[in-house]
Amino acid sequence: MTEKVQNIIELNNIGYSYHSLHGETTALKNISFGVKTGEFLAIVGPSGCGKSTLLSIIAGLLQPETGTIVVNNPDGSLHYPRIGYMLQHDHLFEWRTIYQNAILGLEINHMLTKDRLEHVNRLFHDYDLDKFKDKRPSELSGGMKQRAALIRTLAMDPQLLLMDEPFSALDYQTRLMVSADICKLIRAAGKTMIIITHDLSEAISLADRVLILSGRPATVKKELSIHLSLPDDSPLAARNAPEFPNYFSQLWEELISEN
Amino acid sequence: MKTKNQELTAQEKFVRRHKRHRKQITSCRFLLLVFFLVFWEISADTGLIDSFFFSSPSRVVMLFMEMCMDYTIFFHIGITLWETVISFLLVFLISLLTATLLWYSSRLSEVLEPYLVILNSLPKSALAPLFIVWLGTGTTTIIVAGISVALFGSIISFYSGFKQCDREKITLIYTLGGNNRDAFHKVVLPSSIPVLLSTTKVNIGLSLVGVIIGEFLAARRGLGYLIIYGSQVFQLNLVITSVILLCIIAMGLYKGTQLIERKIKKHMNL
Repeated sequence: MTEKVQNIIELNNIGYSYHSLHGETTALKNISFGVKTGEFLAIVGPSGCGKSTLLSIIAGLLQPETGTIVVNNPDGSLHYPRIGYMLQHDHLFEWRTIYQNAILGLEINHMLTKDRLEHVNRLFHDYDLDKFKDKRPSELSGGMKQRAALIRTLAMDPQLLLMDEPFSALDYQTRLMVSADICKLIRAAGKTMIIITHDLSEAISLADRVLILSGRPATVKKELSIHLSLPDDSPLAARNAPEFPNYFSQLWEELISEN
Repeated sequence: MKTKNQELTAQEKFVRRHKRHRKQITSCRFLLLVFFLVFWEISADTGLIDSFFFSSPSRVVMLFMEMCMDYTIFFHIGITLWETVISFLLVFLISLLTATLLWYSSRLSEVLEPYLVILNSLPKSALAPLFIVWLGTGTTTIIVAGISVALFGSIISFYSGFKQCDREKITLIYTLGGNNRDAFHKVVLPSSIPVLLSTTKVNIGLSLVGVIIGEFLAARRGLGYLIIYGSQVFQLNLVITSVILLCIIAMGLYKGTQLIERKIKKHMNL
């Protein structure tokens, strides 16, 4: 019971199917799990198993066919948690400056208030992007673009961050650096996060808990809590932790048995 | 002082070669025109071609000067230009509005799709006689003819430009709490600007075509009227002068829209 109260959001028996004239494809079946406030949850699974569909449902972009989503706000209110969604690509618009891109969400929601803009400016300062405010996205490196996209997401002050393979468009080296960097910033901001990835090392090194989904129709196959003893917080530290290989092989076994 | 060629860097050599190439192309273009005009003039003067039917550069210039003196040519050019610009602007407005409506309602666009395709492939000159019966002879008919030629292709181009917008960028707007309207204003419209501009460049030419068709059939003024009138009274100097003026106008309009296109693209950093 005490654990349940901590869950910022809880999914109960979520199911979803895609329909076409050729028939019905069940993407998700009986998915149930919760996310605690401040927790980093990684979801891994075979490609095409419906991970993105699941995130879209949590984000409210799709309505689940079956099941319910329960929200537990600390103050007891019933509003859906404010959600920030980061997609596979940064999708910064070339016709806007970095700053104009960052305030896009505020602009859409008519929230260009003094407080919010100050918050954005502080993020720009904290993320070392001050000098790039008036630049165009194409003038920034991949890592800087991800940071700018993160500012755009955080500007709305979301309680829950959803990330759909947000680093998959980056090359491997950049990806190692940027994923550690971005997750550190999100932890510092005290946010809850659900991240989808197909990179097992990334899941283990970034998350507190890993959820393994089965192939289509996706169900929750296994949950794995991650506890690493870390000497420092460099991107490679987690991958060098003594527990890492063990977690990796456990996840690997689960995914392999799927095929 | 640098000694020639020896101390030029590879980059400087490249720039030089490029400039020389541009100069050659420009002078070739100019020479071609001069050669054509001289050949035309000589053939007409020596009787190789009948100058009554084919006119000649000197006759064209003479007639043009004559019409400049009594300002009639400016009047006709002005009318044609005015009608073209009006129908061009109306085409832009109507097709932008229609394409926007089609983007908002996929049901509407599904229903209308075959009609748009048919109207687009229909030769619009076939409609001109109908316009005359319905609207009489005059400016309205000519502007409607100008619109009819460009409109349907323009709607289709605008709409498919809107449709080509990256789905994920639209999803981004929804994840930020936006609705259809936000998706259209923040993503679809700005990302379609290159398509809008290139379609616009085609439209200005098509509007001119439509206006000339209209003037052939339903006008007492304008370059299209001069061409038809000249051919009916066998005054082919007038016809050829008008055709040459049309060439110049078409080029001017194209260059004008190109200039605006570049300005907007530069401003939007596209």
